[in-house]
Amino acid sequence: MANTLDQIFVLLKHWIVAYFPLALQPVVGILLSVVAIIATFPALFALTTVIERKGLGRMQNRIGPNRTGPFGILQPVADGIKSLTKEDIVPRSADAVVHFVAPLVLVVVVFMGFAVLPMGRNMQLVDMDAGLLYFFAIGASAELSIFMAGWSSRNKYSLLGAMRAVAQMISYEVPLLMSTVAIVMITGSLSLVKIVEAQNQYTWGLPHWYIFTPWGFAAFIMFCIAAMAETNRSPFDLPEGESELVAGYFTEYSGFKFALFFLGEYVGMFSISGLGTTLFLGGWSAPLAVLNFMPSWIWFFSKVMLSIVVMIWIRGTLPRLRQDQLMNFAWKFVLPMTLLNLFVAGLWRFMGEGILRWLVCSAILLGVYVIVGRTEMRRRKIGPRSYRYAE
Amino acid sequence: MLGEGILKGLKETARNALGSFVSAERLTTVEYPEQRLPLPEASRNFPFLVYDGADWESGLRCVACQICEKECPPKCIYIDKSKDKKPDAVGKQQFYPAKFDIDISVCMSCQICVEVCPFEAIKMDHEFELSTDDRFGGLLLDRKELAKSNEYYHKIHPTEATAVDDRLAKERAAAEAKTKATAAAAAAKAAAPKPDVPTAGAAPVPAAKVAAAAAPATPALDAKREGDAS
Amino acid sequence: MNIVFWILAVITVLSGLAAVTLKNTVHCALAVTGAFAGLALLFLQLDAQFAGFAQILVYIGAVAILVVFAILLTRGSDTPAQGVFSRTWFAGLLIAAAVFTVLGWAVMNSAAALPHENAVPTVTVQQIGQALMGRYVLPLEIVALLLTAAMLGAVIVAMHEKGEPK
Repeated sequence: MANTLDQIFVLLKHWIVAYFPLALQPVVGILLSVVAIIATFPALFALTTVIERKGLGRMQNRIGPNRTGPFGILQPVADGIKSLTKEDIVPRSADAVVHFVAPLVLVVVVFMGFAVLPMGRNMQLVDMDAGLLYFFAIGASAELSIFMAGWSSRNKYSLLGAMRAVAQMISYEVPLLMSTVAIVMITGSLSLVKIVEAQNQYTWGLPHWYIFTPWGFAAFIMFCIAAMAETNRSPFDLPEGESELVAGYFTEYSGFKFALFFLGEYVGMFSISGLGTTLFLGGWSAPLAVLNFMPSWIWFFSKVMLSIVVMIWIRGTLPRLRQDQLMNFAWKFVLPMTLLNLFVAGLWRFMGEGILRWLVCSAILLGVYVIVGRTEMRRRKIGPRSYRYAE
Repeated sequence: MLGEGILKGLKETARNALGSFVSAERLTTVEYPEQRLPLPEASRNFPFLVYDGADWESGLRCVACQICEKECPPKCIYIDKSKDKKPDAVGKQQFYPAKFDIDISVCMSCQICVEVCPFEAIKMDHEFELSTDDRFGGLLLDRKELAKSNEYYHKIHPTEATAVDDRLAKERAAAEAKTKATAAAAAAKAAAPKPDVPTAGAAPVPAAKVAAAAAPATPALDAKREGDAS
Repeated sequence: MNIVFWILAVITVLSGLAAVTLKNTVHCALAVTGAFAGLALLFLQLDAQFAGFAQILVYIGAVAILVVFAILLTRGSDTPAQGVFSRTWFAGLLIAAAVFTVLGWAVMNSAAALPHENAVPTVTVQQIGQALMGRYVLPLEIVALLLTAAMLGAVIVAMHEKGEPK
């Protein structure tokens, strides 16, 4: 019974596919999975917009939207109607073709990332050998669409926002990849399915999730920071900050194209939360061995929604980082820590089982973090400011 | 340690978010229009005319002296005096306004009309939900819309209204006392003995003298009786 | 030679042609990106997963962005005054045709010596990694050294402005 519930979507797909002739069956199978993904994640996106607005409201001592439907549940419907009925303004001097294509490219690229995420037992669209590499390759293409959006608007501020966004995304791509290389090293495979299966074992009832290891925890923190910077999410949302650049690279977009950008950003958040869940939080495996009766896809989506809630929480707490602070942080702190993490993960692998490797790895990571932290926080010389080009 | 501030911040926002469900101090939203914040007593929006008693036309305190019309900076008040007179708040016969219009789209709520009115007839209202879809006449309030009862005035400005009532009562008492005094003085003068009066008037003189003797005596006796009684 | 190959080939060649004939330089850069994508898909169609994804990651994710930044930060984004085609286009065409002939002849000759399609081995990422770290470790380290030197040079060139006397 539990197994049927766990595999219910897979069984449903096989049942529908059986109705088609043999030649068409692979195509129909893939189409069904694609349709399921395209149906699920925008629905989750709608739910997330409500959760975000109400959550941010509660954190700021106010109620979020509560007039449209009970507890504001129908707010995304209202937003959707608004986006669809707004006039689609394209500036006269804007590059019409590129202006039109930019949001399309973003949405397509972002949805393509879901192809390798295992959303439950046997529930990935494609089981690729180099699945993780595919995901990062697709993520890198999203930057291009942001640049296209900013440049095609022929607006100085859009262009500035786009350059900043691209610079930020490139800077944080390296820590993002490096923090996952440790995982690949320990698992021995780039395939996301194998990574989840490697975490699906239990010792004394506790799971083998990578976040519970010292190097995995450090890598998870760095992955979170880099993921939030990749999706232009607070505190890294200078490119789209409302008080800085109007709306940054999507200033000149209105109506449905703006909604597409918004959708792309949120679905990108889901995509990268899904990846973080797969790599660090054990994907679809349950936290305790006894809880395995619950379907695997429920665990996956709960973990993804938990990550989203944490992202919203961080957005409501932290102020925005300035561009140079962002870049300093990426290149001078996060990247060296990821390299150290790689070294520690190698040490872990070669030290063999036992309590010694836990102590040594934790000590190294904690020690370096505290020392570097102290140095970073001490170097604040508050003196008269000097301007490089103004004297 | 690096990152400590962030954790403290996260704890604070979490406390805000979860506490907003249980404690009122963490959720200060007043959901207008179902709930309203009580306005302080001295708040003011647009003027209204006070009337005493039950009938607004006869109890209107305004005597159309037009001082507020002259003093109003944006000139939003328009008054037409009546042709006849009626008794006012203290009993004197006064004119009353046949037309009293205030254009509240012009009024700037400066309260000068209230400050200069000698008859406590115009006061500031709290009412702010006055929007209308009639663009041309909807914001021009006439005499009937502006007249509100003294009980309403007590409700919105309790301390002010009691002070005004006390003042008016004192004025009324003073006016009554004055009329009584003038009547008494007139009566006394009429009853006073005239030394060069001819015998033709001698017959009514003793009667008048008796009356005059009785008249001053009665008020004094009355006063003494009132004094004893109080 | 199935239909997918032909579609991808057409896309790649058309993007390449667009990259050299379009007037606006940024459009050319985007067309070049399209050519890179076509190439990556061709790799994927040949089951070379690592090569395909690395192509996307490196070329589209980094090189295309670099090209676009370079165009924007210099004055290349204006349309060239003399037009896109140079005056010596015939000589250019001859040289390109000659190079194409030589390459084609080389590929065709070696294709006859290779085994036929149904025996192509799948190269996994693990094999690539083992080859890099085992047999080809010396070239790997030399390339790493070269890249480090290039990065140091870039930093020095960028930092040179700070010490310049005003």
